[in-house]
Amino acid sequence: MDVVNQLQRQFIDYSASLHREGFLDDQFTQLQKLQDDNSPDFVVEVASLFFEDCEKLINNMARALEQQQGVDFKQVDASVHQLKGSSSSIGAMRVKDVCIAFRSFCEAQNREGCLRCLQQVTHEYSLLKNKLQTLFRLQQQILAAGGSIPVVE
Amino acid sequence: MVLAESGFSSPRNDAFPAGLRVLVVDDDPTWLKILEKMLKKCSYEVTTCCLAREALNLLRERKDGYDIVISDVNMPDMDGFKLLEHVGLEMDLPVIMMSVDGETSRVMKGVQHGACDYLLKPIRMKELRNIWQHVFRKKIHEVRDIESLEGFESIQMTRSGYDLFDDGHFLSGDDTTSGRKRKDADNKHDDRELSDPSSTKKARVVWTVDLHQKFVKAVNQIGFDKVGPKKILDLMNVPWLTRENVASHLQKYRLYLSRLQKESDIKNSFIGMKHSDLPSKDSTASFGPHKAMNMIPDDVPNSTYSFSASNSQAQNVDLKGQGDLKGITSAPMAEPKGALSVDIRDSHEAKSTQMSFDHSLGSVDSAVSFASFNSTTPLQYPWTEIPEIQFKQECESLHLENGFSQLPLPGPSMIENEANRSRIEVKPLLDDCRSNFVEHLGPVGAEDLFPIQSKSQSLNNQVFDLISATKSSMKTQDVGLNYLADSEFALRNLNASGVGVPLATLSEDLQICWLQGDCYPMNYGLQDLECSTYDNPALMAETPFHLYDVLRFDHEHLFDPAEYYAIDQGLFA
Repeated sequence: MDVVNQLQRQFIDYSASLHREGFLDDQFTQLQKLQDDNSPDFVVEVASLFFEDCEKLINNMARALEQQQGVDFKQVDASVHQLKGSSSSIGAMRVKDVCIAFRSFCEAQNREGCLRCLQQVTHEYSLLKNKLQTLFRLQQQILAAGGSIPVVE
Repeated sequence: MVLAESGFSSPRNDAFPAGLRVLVVDDDPTWLKILEKMLKKCSYEVTTCCLAREALNLLRERKDGYDIVISDVNMPDMDGFKLLEHVGLEMDLPVIMMSVDGETSRVMKGVQHGACDYLLKPIRMKELRNIWQHVFRKKIHEVRDIESLEGFESIQMTRSGYDLFDDGHFLSGDDTTSGRKRKDADNKHDDRELSDPSSTKKARVVWTVDLHQKFVKAVNQIGFDKVGPKKILDLMNVPWLTRENVASHLQKYRLYLSRLQKESDIKNSFIGMKHSDLPSKDSTASFGPHKAMNMIPDDVPNSTYSFSASNSQAQNVDLKGQGDLKGITSAPMAEPKGALSVDIRDSHEAKSTQMSFDHSLGSVDSAVSFASFNSTTPLQYPWTEIPEIQFKQECESLHLENGFSQLPLPGPSMIENEANRSRIEVKPLLDDCRSNFVEHLGPVGAEDLFPIQSKSQSLNNQVFDLISATKSSMKTQDVGLNYLADSEFALRNLNASGVGVPLATLSEDLQICWLQGDCYPMNYGLQDLECSTYDNPALMAETPFHLYDVLRFDHEHLFDPAEYYAIDQGLFA
């Protein structure tokens, strides 16, 4: 079907661009491979979990950094570490990279640096969330049109 | 979760490794879901868990319900390494660690704690496919061990053959290899000594409470500083037990005790001044010959060990002591902040005698009797064989014999920070250990101040056995340094002897405990002590261990008191 092909093409291109721009890495592909008939929405579910976790962690960091009487950098660092682990689960490369820089600032107890990183991380997370939602929408359109999701290597 | 038979005999194992029962522990929900999916794709039977505590419960409920455990290193309720230790001690299952952090030091720590593998996130399918190897390997070793046990004679031979080797091994303190390596070394030795080619690796022994009690009794009898697997084995008089069994159990025991000790040291530092009845005379008397800082690698683990053993409720002997300890410990804990700032130095000035703790069994009772805490009953501390704790009360003689780096004396604020940081690590059990120590230290000056001081000192001692009594003299900051150095030394020894005590953490604790002698940092996040509970005479009695914990601490507990109890039980069951 032409529509399906078109959609599939769009999907492939979009996926490729996400990889190219560093939003996603190979881990995301692995997740797509894990998806099967037993768990047809596996990737979407994992992504949802990731978003939830992300938001929670970002809030924790924001709260910790807001403390006027003294920032508990260890706590911030713990959250960043968790976020780093989480982002590695879905292949969120850019988020993960910010986390790495973030951790150095935590170690140096640099509040300004941390706040900057927090901003960056929030930004990257929002970007990624939007892009993934677009991707999932495409997926659904393909399925609705009777096609199958192509796996992008 | 399917309760399947163990070993290779169950039907589900027909297509081994299919059906391998894996327990995954990770606080990250995303990873938990992914790992579950991946493991299912490997045809494994997966159980997921996001809390370490929950995981331990699951494992304990079905001792034979899982083949392998995969756990993340960073978890909120418990350090992954601790979980690793527990699983190794209680269930003896292979444990794989995972983390997004691949720093060599972390990986090394994992291996030291007994991890059979350390995976880096993101984890690939092929890595998970291979985890069955670890299960298989362990089973093979067990089978071999069991077979080798069959001949009592071979055991005897092994014993005598290994005696020297092992004792030296343990006491030398320079064995930094993991348990497995030692095992291999033992095996080699075995091959040399015995013509029997079968390797006598550690058999999978179930350390029941009874067995462990025998073990602890033997350890106590021998004297912690002189303990060695063969001696223990001989005393235990359990025919089917091999020296290797005892050796590996001893290693785990030490690890466990050192952890407890660390915690209790921290706790003990808050020792209140409630009990100051012990006449200084007595305390002096009970002390053995003074010695310069005596750092016997075994000491530290031993002391911690015996303590934890006593903590196990199942052990009557220990319980008694524990009860006493609890009372004592509680007292210090109750110490109000202000009180701690007592100038211990004054009290110590009067005493320039060196007090060294000879924790051999013989002196335990006497030492106990004049513990600064009013314990009327002689405490039977199975761990009394703790190696000597040098308690130098002299202000002048600061023996930095250990040559370890002297840590700068942190200021009070630092202590607080340290305290806060280490609070997570503190376990109630340690308090008991500490109180024990305190008792042994005896009051230098039978003043109210003394208890605190000795307590803090005992704390240090506890942790590091080394305690050079410089701390008690507290006259100079140097003393503190010595302590710290001692602690470090002890830590190193601990590490050297295979105890997986993280040096860094211990240092922290040391600093905390250490400084306490001079100025009790009252801001240990560790405790929201309720003074009233400490004064509670009931506490002086044999309070159940877990209850004690509940009463005592308000800080972050790694385990519920009940669980702690269970853990104790489980550790040596």
